[in-house]
Amino acid sequence: MSQGLSVDRVSYRYGDKVALDAVSFDVAPGRFAALLGPNGAGKSTLFSLLTRLFTTGDGRISIAGQDMGRTPRAALARMGVVFQSPTLDLDLTIRQNLSYFAALHGLSGRDARRRIDAALDRLEIRARAGEKARNLNGGHRRRTEIARALVHDPSVLLLDEPTVGLDAAARQSITEHVHRLCAEDNLTVLWATHLTDEVYDDDQLVLLHQGRILAGGTCAELRGDKSLKDYFLDLTQMPRQGAEAAL
Amino acid sequence: MIPYLVALRAIVLREGLRFIHQRERFVAALVRPLVWLLVFAAGFRAALGLSIIPPYATYITYETYIVPGLCGMILLFNGMQSSLSLVYDRETGSMRLLLTAPLPRGWLLFCKLLGSTAISIVQVYTFLTIAALFGIEMSAWGYVAALPALVISGLMLGALGLALSSFIKQLENFAGVMNFVIFPMFFLSSALYPLWKMAESSPLLRDICAFNPFTHAVELIRFALYLQFNGMALLWVLLATVLFMACALWGYDPARGMVKRKG
Repeated sequence: MSQGLSVDRVSYRYGDKVALDAVSFDVAPGRFAALLGPNGAGKSTLFSLLTRLFTTGDGRISIAGQDMGRTPRAALARMGVVFQSPTLDLDLTIRQNLSYFAALHGLSGRDARRRIDAALDRLEIRARAGEKARNLNGGHRRRTEIARALVHDPSVLLLDEPTVGLDAAARQSITEHVHRLCAEDNLTVLWATHLTDEVYDDDQLVLLHQGRILAGGTCAELRGDKSLKDYFLDLTQMPRQGAEAAL
Repeated sequence: MIPYLVALRAIVLREGLRFIHQRERFVAALVRPLVWLLVFAAGFRAALGLSIIPPYATYITYETYIVPGLCGMILLFNGMQSSLSLVYDRETGSMRLLLTAPLPRGWLLFCKLLGSTAISIVQVYTFLTIAALFGIEMSAWGYVAALPALVISGLMLGALGLALSSFIKQLENFAGVMNFVIFPMFFLSSALYPLWKMAESSPLLRDICAFNPFTHAVELIRFALYLQFNGMALLWVLLATVLFMACALWGYDPARGMVKRKG
């Protein structure tokens, strides 16, 4: 079983509507994989299944070798998640937010403090650890959430459209930072996005459209001479007008 | 076992911190029962004659009668308010954070329940202290004996809120909870009038009150405050707690899709 992330023929329905149709892909350990798809492609449903907010009887998901269906807690323990909607408690300080999360993973005392300091260092926000989350700008709140997702040293990091609502500079900074984390710390990353400029040429690309995987491979190989945006629009046969803004 | 306790402490502590940051909520939660006690009960005293019923050994004033019911009121409103915060939490995402922790979901929900019950109990004792300042006193041991009754009643009402929160899809529906859960539960109970008094006007209403688990929570607290044990009330409250908790676990079962939305 893969030590990275493995999704094997996963399907999900909302009543009669098929949200995911036999979705399969693997992300090798230490790889950065971008899950690219327009709004409504099924990315959030897939994230809910990956984080066990939902479960499905169709297909298998494994995180760092742990089967989500059979050993869900072991799988969750190896995973860090940054949700699309903000999950910080704005009345608490950065450190308190991270301590709360560490405790949910059974970490406390000196061990938790050491890990929290290390995570804050990795995201370069340790100097602001005593500030309330409310006082941070959008970019720093996101950094805090990423630092929090790393406190328990996960093997796999999942990020669901983590740059939504950020300005261009913060967006670029966060995108670069997570790419660097992946390369330096051998972290397996799954980054869901609908923005093509967040995907680098060396990244693994998983294209999701209308609940199905349209293509998978290295971004540079897949797009060839085209821009990623053109490649994606050609593949999905989406009308260019309107889709330009979405991608 | 230790990770379970670490998580429990953190969740209860977080509830405490949220409580400290929402002081106006604390004041509002106290004003409500105090208005009932000091205004409503004073006006109502003349209209309602109370005979001697257990656990009371002598004639009591109406203010004395409704104190346990108002303790229950604090637990009831807080239980529902924490269900409101769960719906809100779920929308802002912090409920997701809780539910993706590598611990059994039942335990995580129980911790959350215990945290909000602890906050409610602080409010109940503050209310009892103010009531004592106005001359409605119990024996010192009565306050101690009431604690387990308050804990189990708080858990029951919190579990009800938790179960409701898993079925409420939007924040706006909380008004419906007020009208269809809180008010009927409170008024169709022994909180404001003893059941025999209710039976005088309508045996049907009396039966509904006797079925209402909130009645039993209030009676459990009432008897405990007077150092008496009401086994039937305890049994009823325990059964209701188990039932509401089972509903909550079912509501939050990932196979049901807790926050089913289009992806």
